[in-house]
Amino acid sequence: MKKNWWKISSFLLLVYTIIAGFLFDVPRLPILNETIRNLYFHVCMWFGMMILFSVSFAYSIKYLKGFDFRNDIIASSFANIGILFGILGYLTGILWVNVTWITDQSQSLGSVLKEPKLIGAAIALLIYGAYFVLRGSFTDIDKRARISAVYNIFAFAMLFPSIWIIPRIVGSLHPGAPGSDTGNPALDRKDLDGAMRAVFYPAIIGWTLLGVWIAGLKIRIDYIKNKNIINE
Amino acid sequence: MNKLATFILLLLIAVSANAQNEIEMADTMRSNGKIYTVVAVCLTILIGLFLYVFSLDKKISKLEKENYTK
Repeated sequence: MKKNWWKISSFLLLVYTIIAGFLFDVPRLPILNETIRNLYFHVCMWFGMMILFSVSFAYSIKYLKGFDFRNDIIASSFANIGILFGILGYLTGILWVNVTWITDQSQSLGSVLKEPKLIGAAIALLIYGAYFVLRGSFTDIDKRARISAVYNIFAFAMLFPSIWIIPRIVGSLHPGAPGSDTGNPALDRKDLDGAMRAVFYPAIIGWTLLGVWIAGLKIRIDYIKNKNIINE
Repeated sequence: MNKLATFILLLLIAVSANAQNEIEMADTMRSNGKIYTVVAVCLTILIGLFLYVFSLDKKISKLEKENYTK
């Protein structure tokens, strides 16, 4: 039970996220209205994705240092759950766009499709999708692990430019973007209400820990599947 | 002069308070308590999800014992 403290804290943090996220007071803002509470769910998916991809990146480097097959399994599992979080972030984003940008801000579908953060996130997810295409196309395990580790480093190098730097340069519909406001699109610390921060930060930790937990399960299954190779 | 200033101040407060109330939030849902149903539904799903992941965790632990102690 002592080893499971972080799984329990993930559960408790998410219970807190739902209770506080729905019941606590939030700023009354036009356009956003009550959907401002999506911050605790939609945005947390993206933060969780970035953290999971970072872990995957670290283990890819670790693999290249010692060629330990276990690090390859860890890297691919974290990238896998990272993609899951990214897809969930995208799907929840679609729902949110419908009631804010399109209905209330009367943006045309064209301007939403041109939103650089959406394009950037799509590019990042496709790059990570190609990581799994690449992995699947090798029959040789050593080659697969080596080449996909190098590719994973490249994918991570593309992640932050495509979801943060380019949207910041060209402007974005996300809050905090140049044009609507100053700062980084969707990452303006001064932009966030203090009461919301008290829910937002625990929510990020809770969702990320859940992702780490699921990735851990996948890693353990893959260890069992490949136990003959690992024990060599 | 003082009276006029107070009047303008009160007017501004009234206007700003009014502007705040114009923004539509789910206040009815909160006042009649239906928001608690939403919270309960989400918590049920969350608890179910965690119970399932936890049972998977236990099953994998069992598999690990079978595979690594041999």
